[in-house]
Amino acid sequence: MDPVLEVRNLRVEYRSDGRTVVGADRVSFAIGPGEIFGLAGESGCGKSTIANAVMRLLKPPAQITAGDIRFQGRDVLALAGGELRAFRWRQIAMVFQSAMNSLNPVLTIGEQIGDIFTTHEKLSRRAARDRAGELLELVGIDPERLKAYPHQLSGGMRQRVVIAMAVALHPRLLIMDEPTTALDVVVQQEIMAQIRDLQRELGFSILFITHDMSLMVELSQRIGVMYGGRIVELAAADDLFAKPLHPYSEALMNAFPPLTGPRRELTGLFDAPRTTDSCGFHIRCPPDRSDCSMNIPDLREVAPGRWVARSTEGDLR
Amino acid sequence: MRLILRNLGFYLVAFWASITLNFLLPRFMPGDPVSRMFAQSQGAMQPEQIAQMSKLFGLDDRPLWEQYVTYVKSVFTGDLGISISRFPTPVTEVIGAQIGWTLLLGTTALIIAALLGNLLGIVAASRRGGLLDSAFPPLLIFVGSFPYFWLAMGALYLFGVSLGWFPLRHAYDAGLTPGLNAEFLANAGTHLVLPALTIVAVTVGSWMLGMRNSMIATAAEDYITMAEAKGLSPSRIMFRYAARNALLPSVTNIGMGLGFVVGGALLTEVVFAYPGIGFQLLAAVQRLDYPLMQGIFLTITAAVLLANFLIDIVYVRLDPRVRVR
Repeated sequence: MDPVLEVRNLRVEYRSDGRTVVGADRVSFAIGPGEIFGLAGESGCGKSTIANAVMRLLKPPAQITAGDIRFQGRDVLALAGGELRAFRWRQIAMVFQSAMNSLNPVLTIGEQIGDIFTTHEKLSRRAARDRAGELLELVGIDPERLKAYPHQLSGGMRQRVVIAMAVALHPRLLIMDEPTTALDVVVQQEIMAQIRDLQRELGFSILFITHDMSLMVELSQRIGVMYGGRIVELAAADDLFAKPLHPYSEALMNAFPPLTGPRRELTGLFDAPRTTDSCGFHIRCPPDRSDCSMNIPDLREVAPGRWVARSTEGDLR
Repeated sequence: MRLILRNLGFYLVAFWASITLNFLLPRFMPGDPVSRMFAQSQGAMQPEQIAQMSKLFGLDDRPLWEQYVTYVKSVFTGDLGISISRFPTPVTEVIGAQIGWTLLLGTTALIIAALLGNLLGIVAASRRGGLLDSAFPPLLIFVGSFPYFWLAMGALYLFGVSLGWFPLRHAYDAGLTPGLNAEFLANAGTHLVLPALTIVAVTVGSWMLGMRNSMIATAAEDYITMAEAKGLSPSRIMFRYAARNALLPSVTNIGMGLGFVVGGALLTEVVFAYPGIGFQLLAAVQRLDYPLMQGIFLTITAAVLLANFLIDIVYVRLDPRVRVR
């Protein structure tokens, strides 16, 4: 089946006077219809940069300098003006990193859900309000709360409202950028269950972004592990968890230490950001990558559907 | 609603405190204002004037609390005493004759400056780095940092004397009787232009900068990105989402400005010989007209309190977050 979203060789740079930071480089992946694709990696690795690039939300100094993004065959990077506005939310909707802050504090929930319908479906305010009420019911919130302001809702409820907004127009793809980061574990589970239910019901694809590997394995079918702006491993979730091939994937999975067993030092993204002439990895290169000090190599397919960024084939474990 | 009532209580207490201070201050002043005034007027004072002042400044021999009760009573019955410099006009009449012009000038200038400044700020922030954004703030700050007196004189000379577009002084031409007819209103309007515009010129810059900065801070909020992701139109995002929130600090400033309008724009009134409270206050100070000073202070305090109370009400409507406290 044709992929819903196809990202090829995407490169995003943050350009400022004298220094260019590469936010994402040669990133390629595709998401099929109804598929849940996870993008894992720690803060600063470029996950959100990718998400914002797909939504065309990047603002200067961020710049897409290479690659292309296709949504159901349409060139997303070529969209502009009204076309782009019509594309947003109807085709791809997004749940932001901090749902707490993604609601406008001085407008009621009803107004904020409603203006999706007044904008995209040209509904009257009254009709939009009714639709907004139905949406709230969909995520298990009393439609009475349409009149509430964001600060009158709990964190979990606000996140539900944001999710309700995201599915309002039945988009083909939902980008979820760390949707549960600010929530406690119990609420987090409720929200994840909600997302799964909605996905089953409405059949959209999900680009799921998180640094929480345990959450990711629960939800995703395929996973891309990002490091320093590049995807270092791309594999089916089960395969990746059974046997991570890239040292960084392994490090990321080990970042959630087991409750028992010997103490281990955590490894993560190192202090140097990735710039045009440094991959940021060489400062603490794992032993088996001694041959490349400057660049993360391109992905190579080591098994069907299994890609890893390693320069030598020799020591795959 | 409960919040408004609670605020009202607070403002009543503040008003009471200001009345009390107003009552106490002249009585705690070192020396005896009456004899100082008497000395200065070099015997030109009428005996009634002296008696009136003695009563006002507590030189009658009653105990302090009795005087206080009398004072509060007279304030609430609208009796602020009799002006010394304009004897025997009551203070309330002196203030009443001036306050209309002060309010007209002050509010006109404030509203124009706030509207224009905020609008410029919104547009500048939305086209950040554009012509408006890079040229206007420095220009307006440049204009605003001129000594007002100098700027007003310059405007008066250029537009009043050289070009002759606007009248030079007063609120309306001598010979016209104030009334609600077209002729008078047009005349008062042309007299208003220069004083109001000079005030706008020096204040609009800070409104613009404040709004611009506030807008830029708001534009970085996640809900603005969310609104953009929702596919809303730029103008809707700019006004409904960004400006709506960025305006809140401006509303506070408008309220404060509104309160101080009553104090009059002293320099403007002096340069353009415009009737007003500021000019009156200056005259009262120069002539040691304590009853008038007291009356004007009380009026200003009351106006500041009233303006703040009104802004509180507006704020509750604009920002739902303050309702819950």
